[in-house]
Amino acid sequence: MENIAGKKPALSWAKNVAMATMVLIWVIPTLGLLVSSFRDRDQISATGWWQAMLPVELTARARTGTEATPEGGLYRVEGVIFDDEEAQSYFSGTPGDISAFGIRGAEPTAYPAGTTADLGDGETLTVNADGSYVWITPEEPGNRGQRVYFAAESPPKLTLDNYRTVLSGDNMGRAFLNTLTVAIPATIIPILVAAFAAYSLAWMEFPIRGLLIAGIVGLLVVPIQLALVPVLNLHNEIGVGQSFVGIWLAHTGFGMPLAVYLLRNYMAGLPRDIIECARVDGATDFQIFTKIILPLSLPALASFAIFQFLWTWNDLLVAKVFLPSADEAKVMTVKIADDLLGSRGGDWGILAAAAFVSIAVPLGVFFSLQRFLVRGLLAGSVK
Amino acid sequence: MNPLIQGLATIILGVGGCIGYFYASNLLLDKVLYPAKGPNIASNIRRANIIRPWLFIFPALLVLTVYLAYPVVGSAYRSLFNRSGDEFIALGNYVALLESPEFRRSFLNNALWAIFVPVMSVTAGLIAAQLSDTLKWGNIAKSLIFMPMAISFVGASLIWKFVYAVDSDIGLINAVLAGLFGAGPIDVIQIPFWNNFFLMFILVWIQTGFAMVILSAALRGIPEETIEAAILDGANPFQIFFRIKMPQIFSTIVVVWTTITVASLKIFDIVYAMTGGNFGTEILPSYMMSFMFRDDGRATSVALVIMIIVLPVMISNIRQAQKELR
Amino acid sequence: MANLSLKNVEKTYGGAVTVLEDIDLEIETGELIVFVGPSGCGKSTLLRMIAGLERITGGELEIDGTVVNDVPPAQRGIAMVFQSYALYPHMSVRDNMSFALKIAKMPKAEIDERVNRAAKILQLDAYLDRLPKALSGGQRQRVAIGRSIVRDPKVYLFDEPLSNLDASLRVATRIEIAQLKESMPDSTMIYVTHDQVEAMTLASRIVVLAGGGIAQVGTPLELYEKPENEFVAQFIGSPAMNLITGEVIQTGAETHVRTKDGGEAISTVPTLPEDLGKTVNIGVRPEDLVAISGDGPFLYHGKVNITEALGEVTILYFHPDAEGTDPVIAKLPGIHKSMRGVDVKLTADPDKVHIFEDGQSLLYRDRPRKRITAGVH
Repeated sequence: MENIAGKKPALSWAKNVAMATMVLIWVIPTLGLLVSSFRDRDQISATGWWQAMLPVELTARARTGTEATPEGGLYRVEGVIFDDEEAQSYFSGTPGDISAFGIRGAEPTAYPAGTTADLGDGETLTVNADGSYVWITPEEPGNRGQRVYFAAESPPKLTLDNYRTVLSGDNMGRAFLNTLTVAIPATIIPILVAAFAAYSLAWMEFPIRGLLIAGIVGLLVVPIQLALVPVLNLHNEIGVGQSFVGIWLAHTGFGMPLAVYLLRNYMAGLPRDIIECARVDGATDFQIFTKIILPLSLPALASFAIFQFLWTWNDLLVAKVFLPSADEAKVMTVKIADDLLGSRGGDWGILAAAAFVSIAVPLGVFFSLQRFLVRGLLAGSVK
Repeated sequence: MNPLIQGLATIILGVGGCIGYFYASNLLLDKVLYPAKGPNIASNIRRANIIRPWLFIFPALLVLTVYLAYPVVGSAYRSLFNRSGDEFIALGNYVALLESPEFRRSFLNNALWAIFVPVMSVTAGLIAAQLSDTLKWGNIAKSLIFMPMAISFVGASLIWKFVYAVDSDIGLINAVLAGLFGAGPIDVIQIPFWNNFFLMFILVWIQTGFAMVILSAALRGIPEETIEAAILDGANPFQIFFRIKMPQIFSTIVVVWTTITVASLKIFDIVYAMTGGNFGTEILPSYMMSFMFRDDGRATSVALVIMIIVLPVMISNIRQAQKELR
Repeated sequence: MANLSLKNVEKTYGGAVTVLEDIDLEIETGELIVFVGPSGCGKSTLLRMIAGLERITGGELEIDGTVVNDVPPAQRGIAMVFQSYALYPHMSVRDNMSFALKIAKMPKAEIDERVNRAAKILQLDAYLDRLPKALSGGQRQRVAIGRSIVRDPKVYLFDEPLSNLDASLRVATRIEIAQLKESMPDSTMIYVTHDQVEAMTLASRIVVLAGGGIAQVGTPLELYEKPENEFVAQFIGSPAMNLITGEVIQTGAETHVRTKDGGEAISTVPTLPEDLGKTVNIGVRPEDLVAISGDGPFLYHGKVNITEALGEVTILYFHPDAEGTDPVIAKLPGIHKSMRGVDVKLTADPDKVHIFEDGQSLLYRDRPRKRITAGVH
């Protein structure tokens, strides 16, 4: 279609713009989360993530020094406000110019930089844009300087602090391991069981085969919600209860229809000649399965494995029901939905980091194995 | 035992068990029960071949029965009993549901989800598929739009919680409102009724990639000659799209549509993570979860309602499958 | 190294649809039998029944005197070359060729020896470690054949093995198969094709299948020179044999038939006195027609409608006699320009003129009549 004569360039321009707009809408939210997860807590509340690369105007708190020189009955204290340790803690690098300052927390920017604030009783404070200050007080300062608030631009600060906090402090590390523990066996075990069943449904003749295939197609859409209560009760009765064993079994069961369906479709599409040739060569069904079908079905097995891995990794519902609610057994989705969103609802940096920890692995899987994912999707829904 | 070690042990046990079962059962069949030798060789082989499919399919069938088929019946049965399960109350739970305003709200919201999400996802997916197939950077665009498929519903909810945040230094929507119109911050999650659409959009965001991938494959499967013939017949690009391409991929659109509809009926995580069902955003699955562990009778009856809604899709899928097998 | 015997073999699906019936055939050791027939005639089904890939629903199949109806494919001592080659895509050439031997638990040394020997015969030595996808079409085809050879089967089965090759490769491979057969004079081969050139060049005997039964069995030249029925007559040879309706006007060792448009055909097919006056079809191959001039007797007389000059021959299509009848076709040696619209008289050597009554050749009037329902093309 690229070479058709007389094609209008305007249309292709419009197409590019439309596509770009759509891609932006789809990517920006995730990008925002990623950027936010690396930003300093103070900066997040000061400016939006889209300004992360710009300096942020922060309000800092500091004290002046106390080394005073007497000057005509008054004491004069000079210095640079950024030398104060408390002030430094606000800024990641060299702070920019001070725009305003104040002496009370309620009005941190009451005086523009360079002006002199009258504190009463002849006491004055001047803070210049470069941070130098002059504090003149009638009394000897003693060992505490004057409280100063000021606003200054801080250079952008990207840090791994949020990740450190999430992984160490919030048990997210444990939750990560738990998610892994749930996802891997729940991905591997159904594959083999489903592959054998798929082979028999694709290549063996037996009476109610068609009925079974139809039944599996039907089970594809059964809402999991329906299975929760009876299966949990069953697990409790047979002593499995709420446990990792329970969730592995549950995921195996819930993933089985898709597994059998996908694999059967794929296997049924393998060339009949090859299977018959193996039969003429003397292979038994078991040998045909292990030596011919299984190696040839690797793409489909990979597709299903990716699906099942993403599904078990990302699942919230099954984990909430089949895993114990104790903190040490929580998977990441439960941890985020139940704990972090509640207790740290306003702590955006932590939330972003937690979310990113939980979606990093699926995203990695997605971008490295997208090919198989697409193939699996197509096998599952288009003939 | 450390769950991680337990997990490893399970993998080894599970995989080993499977292989062992299949190998041993086949061996038993071929060497002991009906050996392929001796005077009855032909009938032995035939008999073994009648039994073998069942050996292959048995474990899957067992799992499917216990975890999906039995629960349909089990849930239906349990929903006829009261909270503790010791008293038969017939349709009492369903009557209680019908009388409950939250249930009606959930039901209507769910209906809204089942309409809005597929419409939006399929439309956006179709547009994305059509656009990306003609652009040089189409594959990158596709990959990026497809990406949310990999993200958990909880993760997606969090991502959009940022976008929807009231604080105009966090929430993109309020930042744009404030920046362009100087409007005060609004909490989109709390706007009555319309907040539902903001939640649904999260699912649209996830499902569009799915629709796009499949529809794009279907569009590519259209014989190029039909499009070239239409061009020669003087059809403009819109006519080509709506009158040549759309009819040819109609069956695929139906498949994608029903898949997304079913997904939007079962979705629980988004509402749970975004609002916890508050502000009038309750849907059936989250409504059901509010009874889980408290009132199994009520919970199963809600689950059964979801099942009944899904039933037509299920029946038509089965019909379709049977047609293809013939 | 085996003879096959098919007795009354039959194939029905679900007891309702009959694909093949009454198949009686004896195949001797060392023969190369070719099954030909139009698509849907059941030739592949018959081959697959011999292989054991389709259940035989009636009659008996014997290999070396043993009924093998219920013996699974691997135990019948057959090897099959599939149309699509059916190479295992994930195995190297060597593994493809040794798969069956490994399954039969043959000692490794012997496997290697057999594979190497077969590879040498087929000039595949250099490709043993390649995957099938790295081979050309002809090479894949040879691997498929090699896979059969290593098993040293009683019977080789070929299911349209050349149909996936392009034209030039097909000729080369056809010759290779012929040479292969020559180098293994004791091997029995059954070969299915829809291509009559393959059938004519390779076969020791051809089995023409049509309409679910056998139309004729014979050597290639028998089929060409003495077709048993109109179906075989028209199926073998290209363009197909002309059939012209007429009436027997003289019987005896030489038969005379008067055609509708006044021509007179003389045939060496003998007839009996009671045949006099019967309506028959005479059959003449296009290449056997000769153009004549003058007022002498002629077999056919007509106006040329279309000519196709192929170089060494020119094919003339005459105006059809009536709606729906096939035009008479003549194939004259050399180039004949501007024949269109010209009146031509044709005659033929009496040895080359066949006579069919109700589709059956009068040469074989004592043989049971075959029911052939399928058309030729």
